[in-house]
Parts: sequence; C-alpha cells; structure tokens
Amino acid sequence: MRARRWATRIGALLFAVAVLGLWQGLADARLLSPVFFPSPLRTWAALRAMAIRGDLWGPAGATCLRMFYGWAAASLLGVLVGASIARSAAARIYLQPLLEFLRPLPASAIIPPAILFLGLTNRMVVTVIAFGAIWPVLLGSYHGFRSVDPRLGEVAALLRIKAAPYLWKVALPSALPDIFAGVRVSLAIALILAIVAEMQAAQSGLGLNILMAQRSFRSPELYAGIVVLGILGLITNQVLLAAECYLLRWRTLIR
Amino acid sequence: MNSAISASRGALVPILLVALWELGERAGVLPPDTLSSPAAILSAGAEALRDGSLLWGTIETFETALGGLAIGTLIGVALGAPLGLSPVMEAIVGPTLDAIRPVPSMALLPLALLIYGFGARMEIMVVTFACTWPVLIVTVSAVRAIDRRLLEVARALEMPPLLSMFRITLPAALARIGVGVRVAAGIALVVAVTTEIVLNPRGLGYDMIVAAQSMRPDLMWADLVWLGLVGLLFDLCLRWIERAWLSRYAAGPA
Repeated sequence: MRARRWATRIGALLFAVAVLGLWQGLADARLLSPVFFPSPLRTWAALRAMAIRGDLWGPAGATCLRMFYGWAAASLLGVLVGASIARSAAARIYLQPLLEFLRPLPASAIIPPAILFLGLTNRMVVTVIAFGAIWPVLLGSYHGFRSVDPRLGEVAALLRIKAAPYLWKVALPSALPDIFAGVRVSLAIALILAIVAEMQAAQSGLGLNILMAQRSFRSPELYAGIVVLGILGLITNQVLLAAECYLLRWRTLIR
Repeated sequence: MNSAISASRGALVPILLVALWELGERAGVLPPDTLSSPAAILSAGAEALRDGSLLWGTIETFETALGGLAIGTLIGVALGAPLGLSPVMEAIVGPTLDAIRPVPSMALLPLALLIYGFGARMEIMVVTFACTWPVLIVTVSAVRAIDRRLLEVARALEMPPLLSMFRITLPAALARIGVGVRVAAGIALVVAVTTEIVLNPRGLGYDMIVAAQSMRPDLMWADLVWLGLVGLLFDLCLRWIERAWLSRYAAGPA
C-alpha cells in the first residue's frame, strides 16, 4: 500500500517533469514560438535575474500589502454586516434586496466609479479590492450566524449570558467554519482585483510588472511574473487553510 | 401577502437612497461630476438604449463570455472524465493541474494580449482558462461518484471505451456537471467584463471605462446599473436552466 503511494507520487513528479521537458524540447527545436511560449529554462533564468536584481521583491511586496489591506477591511466589514443582518429581522427585510442586486455585479465593475472618485491612486486600488472581496465573507458570515443552533441561544438565555459575550463566545465560534470558507474565497478575489486594479491605475506591483513585460515583449519575464502570482495564490490559500485548521481544532475534538 | 409587504419594505431603502441622491444633486450638495443625478443617469441610459450602443456592448460581452464558457466546458469535461474514471491517472496528472490552478485568471491577461492582440479571441482565452477549473473539478468528482455497476455493465457488454464514455459515463454524470457549468457561467461574465474594463476595447466593460474617462458619470452609472440588471437576469436564467435540466436528468432511475 505504502509502496503504491510512493509509486504514484513519483509518477506525478515524472509527469510534471515530462510536461516541462516536452515544452523545453519543443522550444529548443523552435517548434514553439519563443515570443509566445518561452522555454521553461529561459523563464527560470528571467525569474532568477529578477530576484537577484531586486525588481521582484518590491512589486511583490506592494501587491501583497495592497491585497492584505483590502482583504482585511473586507473581512472585518463582511463579518460585521453579515452578523448584523443575520441577527436582525428588520435589517434582513430592508437591506437584503439591495444586497441581492449588488452581489452579482462583477467586482471589477466598480473600478470606473472608483477611478472617478479617487483617481488613479493606491487608495482606489485598496477600495476596489475591499468592495469586491466583501461579498463571500458577508454571505458566509450571514449563513454562519443564521445557522447557529437555536438550542445554544436558549442555553445562553438560561445562563443569563449577555449579548456581547454570547456573540463572542458562542455564536462566532459556531459561525467560524462558514466565515472561513468565505474568507478564503475573498482572498483569491483580492489577489485578482489587486492585479487588475494595478494594471488599470499603473500602481507598481506584480500586475503592472507583467503588463509592462508584455508591452516590451519580454515574454520570459511575463511568464516568470505569472508563475510568481500563481505561487502567491497558492501560499496565501495554504496559510489560511493552516489558520482554519488551528482555529477550528475543537471541531475534531467534538467528533 | 406577507411576502408582498416585505418586498415593498425591501424596496424602501433603495427608493429612499435614490430620492436622497436626486435631492442632494438638485440642492448642489453632491458633486455632479462624479455622482451625476438619477434623472440624468436615467436619460443617459435611455439614450444609450435608443442608439443601440448598450445592446451592442451587451452582445459583445456575452459573445466572449459564452464562447469562453463553451470551450472551457469542453476542455474541463474532456480532461475531467478520464481523470475521474482512473484514480491512478488522477494521482499522476492531478498535482500538475493543481500547480497551474492557483494562477489568477487575470494574470493571463498580458499573455493573451501578447498572443492574440486586442479583440474577441484574447478575451475568450482568458474566460476559457477561468471556466475550465470549476467544470474540471466537478467532472472529476461526478464521474468518480458514478455507480460502479453501470461501468461493469459497460464492460460486460464489451463496449469500446469511447462508446461507453458517451453512452454511459457522461450521461450518468451529466446532472452534477451541469452544476459546475452554472458556477463557471457566473465566472465567465465577471471575467469578460473585467477584461474589457482593464484592457480590451470592446463590450460593456469598455463602454463603462470610456464613459468614466470622458467625464460622463451619467453614462457610466447607467452602464453600471444595466450591467447589474443583465447580470441578475443571466443568473436567473442559469438557475432556471439548471432546475429544468436537473429535473430532467435526476428524475431517471438513480
């Protein structure tokens, strides 16, 4: 059984290497256009050169920071609004139709109004990220707080637990799995919007980097930028998964 | 009766906001060069509807969204079905796909521009990339969940693999694949509009960004509202199709 698992793992590795090797071979044989599909080795060389020159870290940091600020604002607001809509029948009646209309709007659709209000600035980028990334958290938080077991509320009432400690100690932990699902989707959206808004507002970052690489036909650098963005997406998702595992470790204890 | 009351209450907040907006605009409190007034927005929208630019933009946007969705669905099912049938193959190919998947679709924008230049094709490429993943993932799990006995029947009948794929495997997984396609369809519209806003000079997204840059806030807001309405309608259509589809395929003997 164990040997088989290792065999498939090695097979998976071999497959990935084979794909890259095939690509490299086709590129070396000039069967692939070097402008559109630069070979993996050239991409790797460009990535190394960028890392050594230092013009990778600055933009990557700028993109990460923007993404983080926008995402953090969206998460905080999303949880608060979602929780209050879930807890108040009046808020549900008055606000839900408005939110239902806003939600399916493409997140990027607020870029033009944001440019009108804030200009091509860093603030505009962060605002766009926050607005676009808020919906999954808001919905997750809403569902989470709505589906708190009513018996928990009864017990809390019986024990005369006040509203604030009840929310913090009972409702929030119970809603946390749903919130986390939303927060993870939000982070992916935040990364996409960071790239998009950077391109639009010409704010230095990875998004602008790859656009500039394209404009000057430096395709290995373009591919290197795409690889870095992929890694960034992977890492941020893994970090959140780890946080989720840690914060929700009590769930496995119950089961 | 009850729902009618709550619906009218739900309309209260938007109506109040719009009324306040109009009043603020008339009183000169709100900036006319960014917010415009609801009346001006309405007339700009009516104008754009009359001269056909709104409809034309919508057609262009949906052309690429649906084109990319179709190609992405084909690729997703074609890749996903064999992976779902064979766990060994999935273990071998899966990690490579997992390594490509976290790449944000918008990171492909410059690449698509490099390959195809401006126009419908570059947009379709980006939409295709974004739509392939949800369909692929759902297809793998849908095919894996097919009743094993069905596949054994195919083997007992000595069906050739392609025939058994089209006659047995795919029909059995179709209902769940439809769910993945619905998710992908929502993504397709968003990606198409985003591509137009950022780079591609066509469709509704481009109309919006041009209106914003040429200081026509009234037209920009009209486009935004239109986009919201179209998006809502599209979502309703998808839900309706999914329900019709599911009732047809899920009703058969399980």
